[in-house]
Amino acid sequence: MPGEPGQLQLQLHVPEPTGRPGRATDFSYLRVSAAGEVPRPAVDIVPSHTGTMAWKMIRVLDDTGHAVGPWAPQVEVEALRQGLRSMLRTRAFDSRMLIAQRQKKISFYMQCLGEEAIAVAHAQALQPGDMCFPTYRQQGLLLSRDDIDVVELMCQLLSNERDPIRGRQLPVMYSYKRAGFFSISGNLATQFVQAVGWAMASAISGDTKIASGWIGDGSTAEADFHNALTFAHVYRAPVILNVVNNQWAISTFQAIAGGEGTTFAARGVGAGIASLRVDGNDFLAVLAASRWAAERARRNLGPTLIEWVTYRAGAHSTSDDPSRYRPADDWRNFPLGDPVARLKQHLIGLGAWSEEAHEQAVKALDTEMSAALKKALTYGSVQDGHIPPLETMFEDVYKDMPPHLHDQMQQAATLGG
Amino acid sequence: MATMTMIQALRSAMDVMLGRDARVVVFGEDVGFFGGVFRCTEGLQAKYGKQRVFDAPIAEGGIVGTAIGMAAYGLRPVVEVQFADYFYPASDQIVSEAARLRYRSACDFTAPVVIRMPCGGGIYGGQTHSQSPEALFTHVCGLRTVMPSNPYDAKGLLIAAIECDDPVIFLEPKRIYNGPFDGHHEQPVVPWSAHPKSEVPAGHYTVALESASVVRPGEDLTVLTYGTMVYVAEAAARETGIDAEIVDLRSLWPLDLPTVVGSVRKTGRCVVLHEATRTSGFGAELTALVQEHCFFHLEAPIERVTGYDTPYPHALEWAYFPGPKRVAQAYRKVMGS
Repeated sequence: MPGEPGQLQLQLHVPEPTGRPGRATDFSYLRVSAAGEVPRPAVDIVPSHTGTMAWKMIRVLDDTGHAVGPWAPQVEVEALRQGLRSMLRTRAFDSRMLIAQRQKKISFYMQCLGEEAIAVAHAQALQPGDMCFPTYRQQGLLLSRDDIDVVELMCQLLSNERDPIRGRQLPVMYSYKRAGFFSISGNLATQFVQAVGWAMASAISGDTKIASGWIGDGSTAEADFHNALTFAHVYRAPVILNVVNNQWAISTFQAIAGGEGTTFAARGVGAGIASLRVDGNDFLAVLAASRWAAERARRNLGPTLIEWVTYRAGAHSTSDDPSRYRPADDWRNFPLGDPVARLKQHLIGLGAWSEEAHEQAVKALDTEMSAALKKALTYGSVQDGHIPPLETMFEDVYKDMPPHLHDQMQQAATLGG
Repeated sequence: MATMTMIQALRSAMDVMLGRDARVVVFGEDVGFFGGVFRCTEGLQAKYGKQRVFDAPIAEGGIVGTAIGMAAYGLRPVVEVQFADYFYPASDQIVSEAARLRYRSACDFTAPVVIRMPCGGGIYGGQTHSQSPEALFTHVCGLRTVMPSNPYDAKGLLIAAIECDDPVIFLEPKRIYNGPFDGHHEQPVVPWSAHPKSEVPAGHYTVALESASVVRPGEDLTVLTYGTMVYVAEAAARETGIDAEIVDLRSLWPLDLPTVVGSVRKTGRCVVLHEATRTSGFGAELTALVQEHCFFHLEAPIERVTGYDTPYPHALEWAYFPGPKRVAQAYRKVMGS
């Protein structure tokens, strides 16, 4: 062994979650603040003064479902009902697609169970023309819109003849410019800095639109995250930088990405960016914080980084089995609960919703999703060979097909694909 | 018509496009107030303002990543990576994002960015200021890779690149920024003003992408080359008396294959010449294409003259650089003389 006798030997620290299969998680590491505890500063706060907001946790809904404190947003009951329906719709879509994957109708799927409030409430704070640069777990941005046909989303998952992106991407890597939803890459973190560039372009052009970039806790370790923070701060870009901290990046706990003893929001403060840490399972807190950040961006006050604290209730993807690395009942013990149950409780408390209405809505959405899948399957799937035609492999590599691709396409056609 | 250096011609291209097209923005390390370490953007910030020409943090991944976002918005970013040797932190943004955004989104989003990078050696830049990484880009589907060899082409190709709807890697051989260089480093520097291709129109014009140029017609052999090596190829022809037909590819990929094939079929002999390292270099692709398309016209095996498969050295720069002596040897070999 190296080292001088009598001197302290150095030791590498490798973070561990408190919970593992068979051992319950101690969630005190989350340092959950009480609902209403964190002050709500004016939107023109000096960014370096947001340390408290980045270290504590902004929460609106208390344990009894009441909206309390300075962050409680002014919001129409109908908007909340709509939000609940959109979360249920997202959940129904996910649940139907997971079954479809098990039935081998689609090859792969990624659900957002437990994280629905973040995308759905955030979408309510944006305006038409704004652009989101999402990861693969913000399907709620699309499913909260009534102008996106779920049959078309399913055609993407099926890679069939009606797939709008022509069978070129894994399931869930949607692209919807008309819905303010940037093409999902599949490589992590790349879109975060692109969101900053899009926002810079809006500012350069004297436009009024803002961008919203998305990243997970795990991929904040990528250089693109730091590039995004630097550029957003330097050019005061009108962008919201969303870090969805769902505690797990496949099998690695958020401490492996650098969350131990600090917060992801704190990185924003260090970069000179106004930063908030928010209960991501609290629909009202997500709405309020998103509105605050959007107003800052629209008033030329610059970027806001928001860490949404939530929990990835399901597997990372259909290729993952979380019972191998975390307690099976972890989500049930997660102190921030289920976003759907919490908004439901709030609406019932307001007299604006009921168990019966809820049950009916769930049932109607299940029926809608089953019918939609049935219809999408009539357009084929990658399994039954009703896939986009051979030439789509060669098209769109360049705007105009160069001769070498034309030759290769003809060769492929001769061989029959 | 005015004579321009490569630097002035490149600046003129950006000037013309900033003036014509409000979507064009120019940024990169040191390119704003100072005008770039090679002066290519000098005066552009003063003329067009800080909203359109500005300095960027030292983060190539951030420069290219934000440029892609801007292009997706609808702008036409022209970014400078200070040396081609520095592009590596931006690799993911170039390869996985810019090159494939059109494809993966089925044209929902596109990334018409131009990424300018000074490349090549001959300036005592050592292993971090001398590289020629073109093959790393030609290997990526969805990118266009361009390298001019003179002021006229530099301006016309850069304007064409900015107007192009595909992402373009625009490699600028820095050794010939201020004058053509034939590899005789011991001789005095020749200014551009003595070269006919330094006559550059002040206004807008383009040189088509995917168009090679026969810069020296000849009968004995074909040289396929680009950038600084065009002048080395010419020097070797002068010094050997071999009547070489020199094809300046200009656009490396997509390639003007008909011009390449036409020339090799005519001369029956081929030398491939580049400054970049040899193994898996772009010369390997050229050699493969020539044998695929011209095999029955070839009188001799194809010769490759390249940099050695070592990092670009500092002290031994001229032993590394594929100068006229090495090129002449290859000419003689394919001629069997």
